[in-house]
Formats: sequence, C-alpha cells, structure tokens
Amino acid sequence: MPLRSATPRELEVRAVGRLRTLQQAPVLTPVLTWAAMGAPLVLLLALFLVYPVGQLLLLSIHNDSGFTLAQYRQLFASSVYVDVLLITLKISLVTTLVCVVTGYPIAYLISLVGKERKATLLFWVLLSFWTSFLVRAFAWVVLLGRNGVINKLLLSLGIVSAPLDLLYSFGSVLVGMVNALLPLAVLTMLSVMDNIDRNLPRAAATLGAGPGMAFWKIYFPLSLPGVAAAGIMVFVTAIGFFIVPALLGGRRETMITQLIIDQVQQTMNWGFAGAISVLLLLVVLVVFVVYDRLLGLSTMTGAATAANARPSRLSGSFERIGDVVLTLLGAISDRIIRVLPSRRDRGPDTPGLWLQGFVWIMLLIISAPTFLMIPLSFGTGGLNWPPQGFTLHWYQEVLQSPVWTQAVVRSLLVGLGTGALAMLVGTPAAFLLVRSNIPGKAAWLAFILSPIVVPRMIIAVGLFYVFARIGLVGSAFGLILGHTVVAVPYVVMTMMAVLRNYDTRLDHAAQSLGARPLATLRYVTFPILGAGMMSSFLFAFATSFDELTIALFATGGLNATLPKQFWDEVTLQVSPVIAAVSTCLFIFMGILIFVAERLRRRVAAN
Amino acid sequence: MASSSLRVANLSKRYGDFVALAPTSLDVAKGEFLTLLGPSGSGKTTLLSLIAGLAHPDEGRILIDDADVTHSPAYARDIGVVFQNYALFPHMTVEDNIAFPLKMRKIADVEARRLTAEALDTVRLPHVAKRYPRELSGGQQQRIALARCIVYRPAIILMDEPLGALDKKLRDQMQLEIKRIHRELRTTIVYVTHDQEEAMTMSDRICLMNAGAIEQLGTPEDLYFRPKSVFVADFLGESNLLGATVQAVDADGLDIVLADREARSRAVGNGSAFAAGEPIKIMVRPQNLTVESAGSGHGKLTGRLTDVMISGSLTRLYIAPETAGMAPLVAAYPTRSSAAPYAIGQMLSLGWNAADAVAIRDAKGA
Repeated sequence: MPLRSATPRELEVRAVGRLRTLQQAPVLTPVLTWAAMGAPLVLLLALFLVYPVGQLLLLSIHNDSGFTLAQYRQLFASSVYVDVLLITLKISLVTTLVCVVTGYPIAYLISLVGKERKATLLFWVLLSFWTSFLVRAFAWVVLLGRNGVINKLLLSLGIVSAPLDLLYSFGSVLVGMVNALLPLAVLTMLSVMDNIDRNLPRAAATLGAGPGMAFWKIYFPLSLPGVAAAGIMVFVTAIGFFIVPALLGGRRETMITQLIIDQVQQTMNWGFAGAISVLLLLVVLVVFVVYDRLLGLSTMTGAATAANARPSRLSGSFERIGDVVLTLLGAISDRIIRVLPSRRDRGPDTPGLWLQGFVWIMLLIISAPTFLMIPLSFGTGGLNWPPQGFTLHWYQEVLQSPVWTQAVVRSLLVGLGTGALAMLVGTPAAFLLVRSNIPGKAAWLAFILSPIVVPRMIIAVGLFYVFARIGLVGSAFGLILGHTVVAVPYVVMTMMAVLRNYDTRLDHAAQSLGARPLATLRYVTFPILGAGMMSSFLFAFATSFDELTIALFATGGLNATLPKQFWDEVTLQVSPVIAAVSTCLFIFMGILIFVAERLRRRVAAN
Repeated sequence: MASSSLRVANLSKRYGDFVALAPTSLDVAKGEFLTLLGPSGSGKTTLLSLIAGLAHPDEGRILIDDADVTHSPAYARDIGVVFQNYALFPHMTVEDNIAFPLKMRKIADVEARRLTAEALDTVRLPHVAKRYPRELSGGQQQRIALARCIVYRPAIILMDEPLGALDKKLRDQMQLEIKRIHRELRTTIVYVTHDQEEAMTMSDRICLMNAGAIEQLGTPEDLYFRPKSVFVADFLGESNLLGATVQAVDADGLDIVLADREARSRAVGNGSAFAAGEPIKIMVRPQNLTVESAGSGHGKLTGRLTDVMISGSLTRLYIAPETAGMAPLVAAYPTRSSAAPYAIGQMLSLGWNAADAVAIRDAKGA
C-alpha cells in the first residue's frame, strides 16, 4: 500500500513529542522513594503492634516498685496454668494432625480435577473458610445439643435410648476446631500442589512405576512443603483459639487464651495477662524455631513451590528411613490397586471414586452445620430439631433491635475503613518489595507478616492497654487501626502475588509510547491490577468483618461490632435470633466470595 | 520526514560486577536499518533499553538528531519500541492499544481514529480493531504491536527480537513486512536479534556484539565476506577455520603456509594489517570448499567422509581431516539428485580458490 506524505496534523504529533524531550522528570533518590512508600506500613506496625505487645511484655516483669518476677512465680506456683498449657498443646496438636491428614486428599483432588469442577470444589472450601468462626462454632453447639440433629437421629434410629451428652467434651472441641481450621489447611496445601508438574507422576509411570509408587515416591515428597506449611499455620492458629473451646468445651478443655481474657476482663490484672502472653509467645516461638530447624522457614512465605523446595535438613539416616517407608507404601498401594477390580474406562489422571466420595463427605461435614441454621432460623420451636412451623419472627427481632442494626452498621464501617487503610498502607509496600532492590527484603517481609504469627490475643490485649491510655477504646478509629494491623499482611501478600504476575514490560511499553508515570498508572497499571486490588480489599474487609479478638476488648454495648454482639449473645443464651443472624452472615459471605472469585477469574483471564 | 539520526557515545552499563555493556559508541544514520546481532548476554538488549530510556547508563551519552537525551525519560524521547512479547495492553481493544500513544499526545479523537485506521491498514489487519489482544494469533499480535508503534511516527523505532516467538514461515513473512514498512516510512530502525539469517536479510548494517562490546560493525557483506575475528566468522553462517602462518603480505593478498604443511598458498585479507610470521586463521565457507575423490585431484587437504546430510537445497558433507588434532570440516553444494556421489568412509581431497580463503587475525594464537 502506498503511503501519503505526512499531514500537518502528524507533524504536530511529532512536534509535541519533540517538545517533551526538553522537559525532565523529577527524579527522587531511591532511598527517599523507598522511605515514602514503606514508612506508613512500618509506622503502623511499630505503633500498633510492636509498641503494644512490648508494653504488655514489659508489664509482666514490672510493677509499681520496679522489676519483679512475681507474676511468673504465680504462673508456676500451682500446676493450674501449666496444665492449661498442656491441654492447649494437646488440642492444637490433635487438631493439626486431623486437619492435615483429612485436608490432604481434599487439596489433592482439587489440584487434580478440571477447571469447572475445581471452581465448584474450591467454592465450598472458601465458603467454609470465610464463614465466621463464631457462626460455625455456634452451629455445632446446636447440632450436638441434647435436642440437636445428631441426638434426634440416633434416637429415631434406636441406636441410643436417651440423648447423649455430646457437647462440652474433648471430642466436641476437636470437631469444632477441625471444622474451623480444615479450610486453612486445604488452601495452604493446595497452593503447593497446584505448582507440582503433572508430568512428573506421568514420567514415573513411563519409567515403570505403578500408580501407587508414582504417588508415594514422586508426588508425595514434592507436596511435603505444603503439608509442613499447612501444619504450622493450623497449629499456630489453633494455639491462640478461644471461640471454639469457650462454646464447645467444658472446664477441662480450657485453652490458654481464655485465661488471658479472664485476667483482663474480670480482674484487670495486666501484669499476669502479660506473663501468660509471654508463655504463649514463647511456645509459638519454639514451634517456629523447631520448624525452621527441620524444614526451613522459606517453605512458609508463599514462595514455597515444589520446584524450589530445598532438601530438608533432616539427617541422612532419617531420610533413608523415609525413603524406605515411601517405597513400601508405594509397593503396598500398587498391590492393592492390582487386586481391586480394574476400571478400564477411566484414564490415569481421573481421580478414583473413593477419593471423590471421601472429599464430598468431608465438605459436607464442614458445610452442613451452617446450612442447618437456615431452616432453624425460620422455625417456631426454638433450636430443636426438626424445625417446626414457619416464622420470620427472629429476623424481625434482629431488624428491630438497635443493638443488632448498630452492630451491622459499625462492622460495615470498620470493615470498609480497614480495607481502605490496609490497601493504602499495604499496596506501596508490596510495590516496594516486588519492584525495588531494597536491602534486607526477607527481613522486611518477615516483619510485615509478623501480625499473622503473633497470637491475635496478645495483639488484642496490648492494643487494649495502649488504647485505654490514649482514649481510643470503643472508637471506630481504634478498631480500624487494630484490624488494619492484622489485615495488612494479607493485603501485602496478595498484592505481591498480583504484582509478580504483572508484566512490567507493559509499563515500559506505555512509557515508550509517551505516557508519563502518572498516566501509566492510570491507564495501564491500575486497570490491569484493578481486579487483584479489589480482591485484596475484600480480603481485608472480610478479615475485619469477622474479627472478634480485638473487638472483644475494644468495644461493647452500642459500640459493639457484629462478631462482638454475636459473642455477647451466644455466651448468654442460645437463641433462634442467633440462627437468624448466622443465616444472614452466611449469605452475605457467600455473595462476597462469589464476587471475589469472579474478580480473581478476571485477573486470571488477563 | 519522521526520521532521526542516533548517536551513542561511550555508553556503558554494569549490574554489580557484571559488565552488561562496555563503553560503546555507535552512529546510526537517518533512515538506516541497523541490526544489533549477538548471542544472548552479548549486551544488545541492554544497549536497546538504554537507547529507549528504559534503563539508565552509568556513563556516556545518547543523542537523537544531536539533542542530548541521555537523561530524558522514556516518554519524552519520541522513540517507538516493539517489545519481544509485544506488550500489548490486555485490557484494551486493538483499536485502543493503537490509539494509546495518540491519546498520550492529546491528539483529537477524530484524528486519532483516522490515524489508527490507517495504521491498521498499513499492517493489513483492518478487521480486528474491536478485538482484544488475547483473541489474536501470535503473528497478528506482532502486527498490532508494529501498528501501535508506527501510528505516531516516532523518529526512531527500536525492535527487540520482535519475531522471536513466531514460527519459521511466519517469521519470513513478517521480515518482508517490516522491510516494506521501513521502505514506506523511511524511519530509522534499530533491530535486535540473535538470528544471523534475519540480520543478513533485513539490515543495511549489522552491529555484531559479543560479551558487552561491539565485535564488528558493517554491512552484511562486510561481516560475511571479511570477518574481522574468528567469532564473527563463526557467528555469521557456517565456516571452516584452518590454522596458518603468514609468509608475506602484498597488495592483492597474503602468502601463507597452512599449519603442518610445506606448500605455500594464497589468501585474501579482511582489512586487518598482517605481519610476516604471524599465526592466523584461514576461513573457507562450506560452499567454497571443492571436493574430489582422493588421488584424482590436487587438493590442499585430505580427509575421510563421516556424514552426508541433505537439508533441502543444500547437501552437506562432514569430513574428518587426516591431520591429527584438526577440527572437522564441512563442505556444501547444491543438492542435485538423490544419489550420493560419495560413500561414507571414503577418502576425499579438498581444495578452494585463493579468492575464497579469507585471512583472519587469530587473537588466541594459532
């Protein structure tokens, strides 16, 4: 095609381009830019994490007359507190074991199936993950009660003649804990399994390994970093739990964080609360040190993929034993598979029916309790099973109660504020960690992620103490600050993932095409990152919306957030009003996840 | 005309201890098609990024039409870049992608639409305006990246391995396309590739880079027929390199003695100054190596045929020379019939015309 000579307009295009060559962009020195981007987050964590926790720890060794170890003497004077610690460790350990063992097949199946079914399975895990701990624990209270579904079922089947006492035992606590933490275990393991090359087990098959051998000798070792990460995440979360043991446990299932609550709420004994916090923190620290010794902390920070998993530091003989065990497991599995009737119709990558059945049963167990709240919330017969009649009375009661409606408004307000603040503070930090060559990146990341590692209760008590002195207790602003501290690590992590996936050549392209830095952000960077930023915001919002620990001390009465109001009600009485609120929360979270998933898929599509 | 000259003076860049680009100077004339050629890590992409303003040099200057742009940001340089993986904005339609640089220059909508349509015509894809980049094939995306670059008539266009992701057929086709656009727009183009054939077909001049420095700069003929170094001879096309010693230098060429031989022979120079007694390399291209059955001719070397490979139009003979320690040789001639004239294992006599033997200074010694 012949080309005309340049029109006057085109010459003007060039003239504008030329003009710009004369202008200079303001160039900040990198150190100043780093400071401007990182300072807000560092300041936030220093003021509302390091300082309060430090204060609390200081209080444990300091009273009016100076340095003292009185609190620690009291702590170890009787066996009471040590016993509670041991119970806490026992519950946490068993919970971790059950979560990892039952979560593994679930994560395995999700990583194995096609796109469509993966989305379905993932939805159920996420729904459970995001449904409030409170709602789920309360559902088990109803389910396991004397007039609950399980007892009614056993009675009608004639298995028992009188209702069993299922509640307030080690078993009920364990069920509640596993229900609460299984989704976390599944999602953590899934992030590693998704990165395992599907071709490796296939390659093993072509090299002569049976399906069992290929799994145990190839796939399983590669998935171990995920198992380890899930293990520590679940354990550390479990150790700081109080909702489940408080609602589902008896006196003998008291956990250590409940002691801290008692000290603060009933006796205002800051020093002793500080001493217990130190004990809790020490346990968590020991767990992390042992974990690092055995497996390396690098497996935890999300960068853990099967590809870069380094060999563990376990001794050589230990490894050899492991290898023998895996070989044995492989051989036994293959023997069993050979004995079972072979199904020619399914390909090598199609998951077996046993696996699918197991996974669906597990998903049913973790989802069903909350679903049972729905019919109960419309029933006239209280929370007894089966539900009788139909009424909207409980919903009306919620809507007409200023306490509940205020709580909803306050939670929304605090959630939105937390989301906004966490994004504002976390996004520049994520940019800094991904894009710059700032020194000591690993240390900064560890610092930013520390609010996840430090038990939430310790942060909450420390914040309560500090807020009490500066008059922020009960204020929405104080809550937003506290919630931002615990939500910001998630924002930084998701934003870092989003930024890592972002092709910086697009920014370069925009600049080469004449876009100034701000125009590049406005027309290219943010529109492409938008969906990722939105889901990151939702993550922070949801974290705040469901947060009870900090809200537990910081609010009360008409200032209560929704979880706090829920908690106050449920510890007083078990009423159908709670079931109605649960249902609303459940549906709200369902919608939120649906929207977030949509956004995530849009990101993936790009 | 939308074209500028480019001058790079003593430009250098290091990353920590790694010298990505040693101080380098280079002049590109208005409207010239210059190719930066070299293996990966040779500094060609670094040089391109520095010219584009996407990286900042440690030292040196960059001048566009004699204006110093060394410290100008990328958006102010009036340079167009076609990126290796196209870097099309995934959230914009093809049309919006192409109109983007016009929007950044505050061109009125009506005019922008006209220019966009024209650019789409130039790359022969007027029908994909409303589609998104992900809905296009690799070759189509490549054309759109090109259209987005030419739409605002930048003074200089930089292309970073733009055809690297395409298959052979499409690549050949796009080479012609880019040449056509270059002819029509007469824009200065700096083109990066590691494909020597692509460099030979497209360029006015080739700048061959190695280890962060320019190895040789010249026309494709210069580089192919008069390589200045063993690296150049090896990188551009196949070559046979034989050790030799200079006996005498005269106006027409050199008298040489091949390593381990007594007989004198002749070679042509490559522009370097040679001294008598200097150890050198003699380069003979495979198509210039004549092959006869041993004993029947008066070849300069003998060797045993180890392999015969027919690659379409050319047949290649791989020969192990009799002389111990000498690298295998390759001879090529146009494929004529399916019957191979020589059998594997046969002894062959090899020769060449003095005019096809090029002397190259051997930096590492003979």
